[in-house]
Amino acid sequence: MLAAIHERGVARAKGFMLFGALLLLIGSYIGLFKAPSEAFMGEVYRIMYVHVPVAWNALLAFTFAFFAALLFLLRGDWKWDSRHEAAVEMGIVLAGLLCTQGSIWAKPTWGVWWDWDPRLTTTAVMFFAFSGILALRRFVDDPVKRATWSAVATIIAYVDVPIVYFSVRWWNSLHQMQSSPSTVSAPFLIPLRLNAFGILFLMTGLIMLRSRVAALRLEGELAPPLPAAELGAPARLATQAAR
Amino acid sequence: MTELLAALHKEALLQWRSRAQLLAVFVFGATALLLFSFAVGPHTELLRENAAGFLWLGLLLSSTLTLAEGFQSEMQERALEGLLLLPASPQSLYYGKALSNWVQLSLLGSALVPLMVVLYDAPLPRPFALLGVVALGSAGLSAPGTLYAAMTYQARSRQTLLPLLFFPLVVPVLIASVKATSLLLLGDPMDQVRPWTLLLLSFDAIHWSLCGLLFGRVVED
Repeated sequence: MLAAIHERGVARAKGFMLFGALLLLIGSYIGLFKAPSEAFMGEVYRIMYVHVPVAWNALLAFTFAFFAALLFLLRGDWKWDSRHEAAVEMGIVLAGLLCTQGSIWAKPTWGVWWDWDPRLTTTAVMFFAFSGILALRRFVDDPVKRATWSAVATIIAYVDVPIVYFSVRWWNSLHQMQSSPSTVSAPFLIPLRLNAFGILFLMTGLIMLRSRVAALRLEGELAPPLPAAELGAPARLATQAAR
Repeated sequence: MTELLAALHKEALLQWRSRAQLLAVFVFGATALLLFSFAVGPHTELLRENAAGFLWLGLLLSSTLTLAEGFQSEMQERALEGLLLLPASPQSLYYGKALSNWVQLSLLGSALVPLMVVLYDAPLPRPFALLGVVALGSAGLSAPGTLYAAMTYQARSRQTLLPLLFFPLVVPVLIASVKATSLLLLGDPMDQVRPWTLLLLSFDAIHWSLCGLLFGRVVED
Protein backbone atom coordinates (compact mmCIF):
# COMPACT_ATOMS: atom_id res chain seq x y z
CA MET A 1 0.00 0.00 0.00
CA LEU A 2 2.71 2.46 1.09
CA ALA A 3 4.90 1.41 -1.81
CA ALA A 4 2.03 2.06 -4.23
CA ILE A 5 1.49 5.59 -2.82
CA HIS A 6 5.24 6.16 -3.04
CA GLU A 7 5.33 5.00 -6.68
CA ARG A 8 2.36 7.21 -7.56
CA GLY A 9 4.06 10.26 -6.00
CA VAL A 10 7.29 9.63 -7.89
CA ALA A 11 5.39 9.18 -11.15
CA ARG A 12 3.53 12.46 -10.57
CA ALA A 13 6.81 14.29 -9.83
CA LYS A 14 8.38 12.88 -12.99
CA GLY A 15 5.29 13.94 -14.95
CA PHE A 16 5.64 17.50 -13.64
CA MET A 17 9.33 17.55 -14.54
CA LEU A 18 8.71 16.22 -18.04
CA PHE A 19 5.94 18.74 -18.69
CA GLY A 20 8.14 21.53 -17.31
CA ALA A 21 11.10 20.51 -19.45
CA LEU A 22 8.83 20.44 -22.53
CA LEU A 23 7.50 23.96 -21.81
CA LEU A 24 11.05 25.18 -21.18
CA LEU A 25 12.22 23.68 -24.45
CA ILE A 26 9.42 25.29 -26.48
CA GLY A 27 9.76 28.64 -24.66
CA SER A 28 13.54 28.69 -25.13
CA TYR A 29 13.17 27.79 -28.83
CA ILE A 30 10.75 30.68 -29.40
CA GLY A 31 12.89 32.98 -27.26
CA LEU A 32 16.11 32.11 -29.08
CA PHE A 33 14.93 31.84 -32.68
CA LYS A 34 11.46 33.35 -33.15
CA ALA A 35 11.22 36.41 -30.87
CA PRO A 36 12.47 39.69 -32.38
CA SER A 37 15.72 41.36 -31.23
CA GLU A 38 15.51 44.02 -28.58
CA ALA A 39 15.96 47.62 -29.76
CA PHE A 40 18.78 48.59 -27.35
CA MET A 41 20.45 45.36 -26.25
CA GLY A 42 20.25 43.39 -29.54
CA GLU A 43 20.64 39.62 -29.05
CA VAL A 44 22.11 39.75 -25.54
CA TYR A 45 18.65 40.36 -24.09
CA ARG A 46 17.57 36.79 -24.95
CA ILE A 47 19.03 35.56 -21.65
CA MET A 48 16.03 37.34 -20.12
CA TYR A 49 13.86 34.36 -21.15
CA VAL A 50 15.58 32.17 -18.60
CA HIS A 51 16.89 34.85 -16.23
CA VAL A 52 13.54 36.44 -15.33
CA PRO A 53 11.67 33.11 -14.86
CA VAL A 54 14.54 31.81 -12.71
CA ALA A 55 14.29 34.96 -10.57
CA TRP A 56 10.54 34.53 -10.06
CA ASN A 57 10.90 30.85 -9.24
CA ALA A 58 13.86 31.36 -6.88
CA LEU A 59 11.73 33.77 -4.86
CA LEU A 60 8.82 31.31 -4.99
CA ALA A 61 11.06 28.48 -3.73
CA PHE A 62 12.29 30.56 -0.77
CA THR A 63 8.72 31.69 -0.04
CA PHE A 64 7.58 28.07 -0.04
CA ALA A 65 10.53 27.20 2.24
CA PHE A 66 9.41 29.98 4.62
CA PHE A 67 5.84 28.67 4.79
CA ALA A 68 7.05 25.06 5.13
CA ALA A 69 9.30 26.16 8.05
CA LEU A 70 6.43 28.06 9.66
CA LEU A 71 4.02 25.13 9.27
CA PHE A 72 6.59 22.72 10.71
CA LEU A 73 6.99 24.90 13.80
CA LEU A 74 3.24 25.34 14.20
CA ARG A 75 2.07 21.78 13.45
CA GLY A 76 5.17 19.67 14.05
CA ASP A 77 4.32 17.56 10.98
CA TRP A 78 7.48 15.96 9.56
CA LYS A 79 6.34 16.24 5.95
CA TRP A 80 6.84 20.00 6.23
CA ASP A 81 10.43 19.47 7.34
CA SER A 82 11.14 17.38 4.24
CA ARG A 83 9.46 19.97 2.01
CA HIS A 84 11.39 22.72 3.77
CA GLU A 85 14.72 21.00 3.07
CA ALA A 86 13.79 20.40 -0.57
CA ALA A 87 12.61 23.99 -1.13
CA VAL A 88 15.72 25.52 0.46
CA GLU A 89 17.95 23.39 -1.76
CA MET A 90 15.94 24.28 -4.85
CA GLY A 91 16.03 27.98 -3.93
CA ILE A 92 19.81 27.86 -3.53
CA VAL A 93 20.25 26.19 -6.94
CA LEU A 94 18.01 28.80 -8.58
CA ALA A 95 19.66 31.72 -6.76
CA GLY A 96 23.09 30.42 -7.86
CA LEU A 97 21.82 30.14 -11.44
CA LEU A 98 20.36 33.63 -11.18
CA CYS A 99 23.69 35.17 -10.12
CA THR A 100 25.54 33.31 -12.89
CA GLN A 101 23.07 34.33 -15.60
CA GLY A 102 23.05 37.89 -14.29
CA SER A 103 26.85 38.05 -14.52
CA ILE A 104 26.81 36.65 -18.08
CA TRP A 105 24.29 39.33 -19.06
CA ALA A 106 25.99 42.13 -17.12
CA LYS A 107 29.42 41.80 -18.76
CA PRO A 108 28.34 42.82 -22.30
CA THR A 109 25.60 45.19 -21.09
CA TRP A 110 27.09 47.00 -18.09
CA GLY A 111 30.75 46.17 -18.86
CA VAL A 112 31.30 44.43 -15.52
CA TRP A 113 30.60 40.91 -14.25
CA TRP A 114 29.16 42.13 -10.99
CA ASP A 115 27.61 45.30 -9.70
CA TRP A 116 26.49 46.20 -6.20
CA ASP A 117 22.93 46.70 -7.30
CA PRO A 118 20.10 45.92 -4.81
CA ARG A 119 18.68 42.91 -6.62
CA LEU A 120 22.06 41.33 -7.38
CA THR A 121 23.35 41.89 -3.87
CA THR A 122 20.11 40.70 -2.27
CA THR A 123 20.18 37.51 -4.36
CA ALA A 124 23.80 36.88 -3.36
CA VAL A 125 22.95 37.50 0.31
CA MET A 126 19.96 35.15 0.01
CA PHE A 127 22.20 32.52 -1.61
CA PHE A 128 24.69 32.69 1.26
CA ALA A 129 22.06 32.96 4.02
CA PHE A 130 20.20 29.85 2.83
CA SER A 131 23.47 27.99 2.12
CA GLY A 132 24.29 28.57 5.81
CA ILE A 133 20.95 26.98 6.72
CA LEU A 134 21.75 23.95 4.58
CA ALA A 135 25.15 23.71 6.32
CA LEU A 136 23.34 23.88 9.69
CA ARG A 137 21.20 20.92 8.62
CA ARG A 138 24.34 18.94 7.75
CA PHE A 139 26.05 19.68 11.08
CA VAL A 140 23.18 18.72 13.39
CA ASP A 141 22.62 14.99 13.87
CA ASP A 142 19.48 15.02 16.02
CA PRO A 143 16.54 15.19 13.53
CA VAL A 144 14.27 17.13 15.94
CA LYS A 145 16.87 19.81 16.62
CA ARG A 146 17.88 19.91 12.96
CA ALA A 147 14.30 20.48 11.81
CA THR A 148 13.47 23.09 14.48
CA TRP A 149 16.68 25.09 14.20
CA SER A 150 16.70 25.18 10.43
CA ALA A 151 13.02 26.23 10.45
CA VAL A 152 13.84 29.08 12.87
CA ALA A 153 16.84 30.12 10.75
CA THR A 154 14.74 30.07 7.56
CA ILE A 155 12.06 32.29 9.11
CA ILE A 156 14.66 34.84 10.26
CA ALA A 157 16.52 34.77 6.93
CA TYR A 158 13.30 35.22 4.96
CA VAL A 159 12.13 38.14 7.10
CA ASP A 160 15.58 39.68 6.61
CA VAL A 161 15.37 39.66 2.79
CA PRO A 162 13.28 42.86 2.38
CA ILE A 163 15.53 44.73 4.86
CA VAL A 164 18.61 43.62 2.91
CA TYR A 165 16.94 44.76 -0.31
CA PHE A 166 16.07 48.22 1.02
CA SER A 167 19.44 48.72 2.68
CA VAL A 168 21.29 47.88 -0.54
CA ARG A 169 18.87 49.99 -2.59
CA TRP A 170 19.66 53.03 -0.48
CA TRP A 171 23.31 52.15 -0.70
CA ASN A 172 23.53 51.90 -4.50
CA SER A 173 21.26 51.31 -7.46
CA LEU A 174 21.86 50.47 -11.13
CA HIS A 175 19.65 47.50 -12.08
CA GLN A 176 16.85 48.23 -14.51
CA MET A 177 13.22 47.98 -13.37
CA GLN A 178 11.81 44.47 -13.08
CA SER A 179 10.60 42.86 -16.31
CA SER A 180 6.95 41.88 -15.89
CA PRO A 181 4.09 41.32 -18.34
CA SER A 182 3.11 44.99 -17.96
CA THR A 183 6.60 46.28 -18.89
CA VAL A 184 7.31 43.83 -21.73
CA SER A 185 5.75 44.11 -25.21
CA ALA A 186 3.55 41.29 -26.57
CA PRO A 187 5.99 39.31 -28.80
CA PHE A 188 8.36 38.86 -25.83
CA LEU A 189 5.58 37.66 -23.55
CA ILE A 190 4.86 34.16 -24.86
CA PRO A 191 8.37 32.68 -24.41
CA LEU A 192 8.71 34.47 -21.05
CA ARG A 193 5.46 32.93 -19.76
CA LEU A 194 6.21 29.50 -21.23
CA ASN A 195 9.62 29.43 -19.57
CA ALA A 196 8.24 30.74 -16.27
CA PHE A 197 5.70 27.89 -16.12
CA GLY A 198 8.27 25.43 -17.46
CA ILE A 199 10.69 26.21 -14.64
CA LEU A 200 7.80 26.24 -12.15
CA PHE A 201 6.74 22.69 -13.11
CA LEU A 202 10.34 21.49 -13.23
CA MET A 203 10.97 23.01 -9.80
CA THR A 204 7.75 21.53 -8.35
CA GLY A 205 8.70 18.05 -9.62
CA LEU A 206 12.21 18.37 -8.23
CA ILE A 207 10.94 19.61 -4.85
CA MET A 208 8.51 16.66 -4.72
CA LEU A 209 11.27 14.16 -5.47
CA ARG A 210 13.79 15.80 -3.13
CA SER A 211 11.31 16.00 -0.26
CA ARG A 212 10.60 12.27 -0.80
CA VAL A 213 14.33 11.54 -0.44
CA ALA A 214 14.42 13.68 2.70
CA ALA A 215 11.33 11.91 4.09
CA LEU A 216 12.87 8.47 3.48
CA ARG A 217 16.10 9.48 5.24
CA LEU A 218 14.07 10.90 8.12
CA GLU A 219 12.08 7.66 8.35
CA GLY A 220 15.37 5.80 8.85
CA GLU A 221 16.57 8.28 11.47
CA LEU A 222 13.34 8.35 13.47
CA ALA A 223 12.76 4.57 13.38
CA PRO A 224 13.68 2.75 16.63
CA PRO A 225 16.73 0.45 16.30
CA LEU A 226 15.86 -3.10 15.26
CA PRO A 227 15.85 -5.71 18.06
CA ALA A 228 18.63 -8.30 17.84
CA ALA A 229 16.22 -11.12 16.79
CA GLU A 230 15.26 -9.23 13.63
CA LEU A 231 18.81 -8.56 12.57
CA GLY A 232 20.20 -10.61 9.70
CA ALA A 233 22.67 -13.46 10.27
CA PRO A 234 25.85 -11.43 9.57
CA ALA A 235 24.72 -8.72 11.95
CA ARG A 236 23.92 -11.34 14.60
CA LEU A 237 27.38 -12.85 14.20
CA ALA A 238 28.92 -9.40 14.51
CA THR A 239 26.94 -8.79 17.71
CA GLN A 240 28.09 -12.11 19.15
CA ALA A 241 31.68 -11.37 18.19
CA ALA A 242 31.43 -8.02 19.91
CA ARG A 243 30.29 -9.74 23.09
CA MET B 1 10.42 41.71 34.74
CA THR B 2 11.80 40.03 37.87
CA GLU B 3 12.82 37.07 35.69
CA LEU B 4 14.65 39.37 33.29
CA LEU B 5 16.43 41.11 36.17
CA ALA B 6 17.49 37.75 37.58
CA ALA B 7 18.76 36.68 34.14
CA LEU B 8 20.62 39.98 33.79
CA HIS B 9 22.14 39.53 37.24
CA LYS B 10 23.34 36.06 36.24
CA GLU B 11 24.87 37.44 33.03
CA ALA B 12 26.55 40.34 34.82
CA LEU B 13 28.07 37.89 37.30
CA LEU B 14 29.30 35.63 34.49
CA GLN B 15 30.75 38.59 32.58
CA TRP B 16 32.54 39.86 35.66
CA ARG B 17 34.06 36.45 36.34
CA SER B 18 35.29 36.11 32.77
CA ARG B 19 36.38 39.74 32.33
CA ALA B 20 39.76 38.64 30.98
CA GLN B 21 37.95 37.36 27.90
CA LEU B 22 36.61 40.82 27.05
CA LEU B 23 40.17 42.14 27.15
CA ALA B 24 41.30 39.33 24.83
CA VAL B 25 38.49 40.14 22.39
CA PHE B 26 39.47 43.83 22.48
CA VAL B 27 43.06 42.88 21.62
CA PHE B 28 41.70 40.78 18.75
CA GLY B 29 39.64 43.73 17.44
CA ALA B 30 42.59 46.10 17.81
CA THR B 31 44.82 43.67 15.89
CA ALA B 32 42.19 43.46 13.14
CA LEU B 33 42.14 47.29 12.89
CA LEU B 34 45.89 47.29 12.61
CA LEU B 35 45.86 44.58 9.94
CA PHE B 36 43.23 46.35 7.80
CA SER B 37 45.63 49.23 7.34
CA PHE B 38 48.11 46.87 5.68
CA ALA B 39 45.47 45.99 3.06
CA VAL B 40 45.23 49.66 2.01
CA GLY B 41 48.83 50.78 2.56
CA PRO B 42 50.10 53.83 4.40
CA HIS B 43 47.84 56.27 2.53
CA THR B 44 46.38 58.50 5.22
CA GLU B 45 43.60 59.80 2.97
CA LEU B 46 42.44 56.30 1.96
CA LEU B 47 42.62 55.06 5.55
CA ARG B 48 40.56 58.01 6.76
CA GLU B 49 37.92 57.43 4.07
CA ASN B 50 37.61 53.73 4.94
CA ALA B 51 37.90 54.14 8.73
CA ALA B 52 34.17 53.49 9.34
CA GLY B 53 34.23 50.26 7.32
CA PHE B 54 37.31 48.99 9.12
CA LEU B 55 35.83 49.80 12.53
CA TRP B 56 32.65 47.83 11.79
CA LEU B 57 34.45 44.90 10.20
CA GLY B 58 36.71 44.75 13.26
CA LEU B 59 33.67 44.78 15.54
CA LEU B 60 31.84 42.18 13.42
CA LEU B 61 34.80 39.78 13.47
CA SER B 62 35.28 40.29 17.21
CA SER B 63 31.55 39.77 17.82
CA THR B 64 31.76 36.17 16.56
CA LEU B 65 34.29 35.48 19.31
CA THR B 66 32.14 36.88 22.11
CA LEU B 67 28.92 35.42 20.73
CA ALA B 68 30.35 31.95 20.04
CA GLU B 69 31.40 31.55 23.66
CA GLY B 70 28.23 33.14 25.04
CA PHE B 71 26.56 29.83 25.87
CA GLN B 72 29.64 28.07 27.18
CA SER B 73 28.64 28.16 30.84
CA GLU B 74 25.02 27.22 30.02
CA MET B 75 26.14 24.08 28.21
CA GLN B 76 28.48 22.87 30.98
CA GLU B 77 26.98 20.04 33.00
CA ARG B 78 23.63 20.61 31.23
CA ALA B 79 23.06 23.89 33.09
CA LEU B 80 20.69 25.06 30.35
CA GLU B 81 18.25 22.26 31.14
CA GLY B 82 18.31 23.31 34.78
CA LEU B 83 17.64 26.92 33.81
CA LEU B 84 14.70 25.89 31.63
CA LEU B 85 13.21 23.91 34.52
CA LEU B 86 13.03 27.08 36.60
CA PRO B 87 9.67 28.86 36.68
CA ALA B 88 10.95 31.47 34.20
CA SER B 89 10.25 31.88 30.52
CA PRO B 90 12.97 31.10 27.95
CA GLN B 91 12.38 34.64 26.67
CA SER B 92 13.80 36.17 29.84
CA LEU B 93 16.83 33.92 29.45
CA TYR B 94 17.23 35.10 25.85
CA TYR B 95 16.80 38.80 26.60
CA GLY B 96 19.20 38.57 29.54
CA LYS B 97 21.83 36.98 27.31
CA ALA B 98 21.17 39.30 24.35
CA LEU B 99 21.29 42.43 26.55
CA SER B 100 24.54 41.25 28.09
CA ASN B 101 25.99 40.65 24.60
CA TRP B 102 24.75 44.09 23.56
CA VAL B 103 26.51 45.80 26.47
CA GLN B 104 29.66 43.80 25.77
CA LEU B 105 29.70 44.67 22.05
CA SER B 106 28.87 48.33 22.71
CA LEU B 107 31.77 48.56 25.15
CA LEU B 108 34.05 46.83 22.69
CA GLY B 109 32.94 49.16 19.85
CA SER B 110 33.39 52.25 22.03
CA ALA B 111 36.87 51.06 23.00
CA LEU B 112 37.81 50.55 19.35
CA VAL B 113 36.73 54.11 18.38
CA PRO B 114 39.78 55.91 19.91
CA LEU B 115 42.03 53.32 18.28
CA MET B 116 40.39 54.04 14.92
CA VAL B 117 40.99 57.77 15.44
CA VAL B 118 44.67 57.18 16.19
CA LEU B 119 45.39 54.55 13.52
CA TYR B 120 43.46 56.06 10.62
CA ASP B 121 43.66 59.73 11.61
CA ALA B 122 39.85 59.91 11.50
CA PRO B 123 38.20 63.15 12.63
CA LEU B 124 35.68 62.86 15.45
CA PRO B 125 33.36 65.89 15.30
CA ARG B 126 30.31 64.21 16.95
CA PRO B 127 31.63 61.62 19.45
CA PHE B 128 28.33 61.10 21.31
CA ALA B 129 26.31 60.58 18.14
CA LEU B 130 28.95 58.06 17.04
CA LEU B 131 28.64 56.18 20.34
CA GLY B 132 24.86 56.08 19.72
CA VAL B 133 25.41 54.51 16.30
CA VAL B 134 27.86 52.02 17.86
CA ALA B 135 25.17 51.09 20.41
CA LEU B 136 22.46 50.68 17.73
CA GLY B 137 24.73 48.64 15.45
CA SER B 138 25.82 46.45 18.36
CA ALA B 139 22.14 45.84 19.19
CA GLY B 140 21.61 44.68 15.60
CA LEU B 141 24.52 42.27 15.91
CA SER B 142 23.68 40.89 19.34
CA ALA B 143 19.98 40.00 18.81
CA PRO B 144 20.37 37.46 15.97
CA GLY B 145 23.89 36.60 17.14
CA THR B 146 22.64 35.38 20.53
CA LEU B 147 19.97 33.19 18.93
CA TYR B 148 22.38 31.66 16.42
CA ALA B 149 24.99 31.13 19.12
CA ALA B 150 22.44 29.09 21.09
CA MET B 151 21.93 26.87 18.02
CA THR B 152 25.48 26.53 16.82
CA TYR B 153 26.97 25.93 20.26
CA GLN B 154 25.21 22.58 20.31
CA ALA B 155 26.14 21.68 16.72
CA ARG B 156 29.31 20.27 15.23
CA SER B 157 31.82 22.75 13.70
CA ARG B 158 30.29 25.67 15.58
CA GLN B 159 33.22 27.98 14.82
CA THR B 160 32.43 27.72 11.09
CA LEU B 161 28.68 27.57 11.39
CA LEU B 162 28.08 30.76 13.39
CA PRO B 163 29.68 33.18 10.89
CA LEU B 164 28.12 31.25 8.01
CA LEU B 165 24.62 31.88 9.38
CA PHE B 166 25.30 35.22 11.01
CA PHE B 167 27.24 37.25 8.40
CA PRO B 168 24.71 37.23 5.52
CA LEU B 169 21.92 38.08 7.96
CA VAL B 170 23.57 41.22 9.35
CA VAL B 171 24.36 42.79 5.97
CA PRO B 172 21.80 45.59 6.61
CA VAL B 173 23.38 46.32 10.03
CA LEU B 174 26.83 46.49 8.46
CA ILE B 175 25.72 48.76 5.60
CA ALA B 176 23.70 51.11 7.80
CA SER B 177 26.33 51.29 10.57
CA VAL B 178 29.20 51.90 8.16
CA LYS B 179 27.22 54.58 6.30
CA ALA B 180 26.09 56.36 9.47
CA THR B 181 29.56 56.19 11.03
CA SER B 182 31.19 57.41 7.84
CA LEU B 183 28.80 60.36 7.62
CA LEU B 184 29.45 61.23 11.27
CA LEU B 185 33.21 61.11 10.74
CA LEU B 186 33.56 62.77 7.35
CA GLY B 187 30.67 65.22 7.45
CA ASP B 188 26.98 64.99 6.61
CA PRO B 189 25.89 67.99 4.51
CA MET B 190 22.63 66.32 3.31
CA ASP B 191 21.57 65.11 6.79
CA GLN B 192 21.66 61.45 5.73
CA VAL B 193 22.54 60.03 9.14
CA ARG B 194 18.86 60.05 10.14
CA PRO B 195 17.57 57.54 7.47
CA TRP B 196 20.48 55.19 8.14
CA THR B 197 19.82 55.35 11.87
CA LEU B 198 16.15 54.64 11.17
CA LEU B 199 17.11 51.58 9.13
CA LEU B 200 19.25 50.38 12.03
CA LEU B 201 16.39 50.99 14.45
CA SER B 202 13.90 49.05 12.33
CA PHE B 203 16.32 46.14 11.94
CA ASP B 204 16.86 46.15 15.70
CA ALA B 205 13.12 46.27 16.43
CA ILE B 206 12.29 43.40 14.06
CA HIS B 207 15.14 41.13 15.15
CA TRP B 208 14.88 41.78 18.89
CA SER B 209 11.20 40.82 18.81
CA LEU B 210 11.42 37.95 16.29
CA CYS B 211 14.47 36.29 17.82
CA GLY B 212 12.97 36.57 21.32
CA LEU B 213 9.81 34.93 20.03
CA LEU B 214 11.66 32.03 18.41
CA PHE B 215 14.27 31.41 21.14
CA GLY B 216 11.92 29.14 23.11
CA ARG B 217 11.78 26.72 20.17
CA VAL B 218 15.57 26.65 19.84
CA VAL B 219 16.30 25.62 23.43
CA GLU B 220 13.34 23.31 24.03
CA ASP B 221 14.20 19.61 24.08
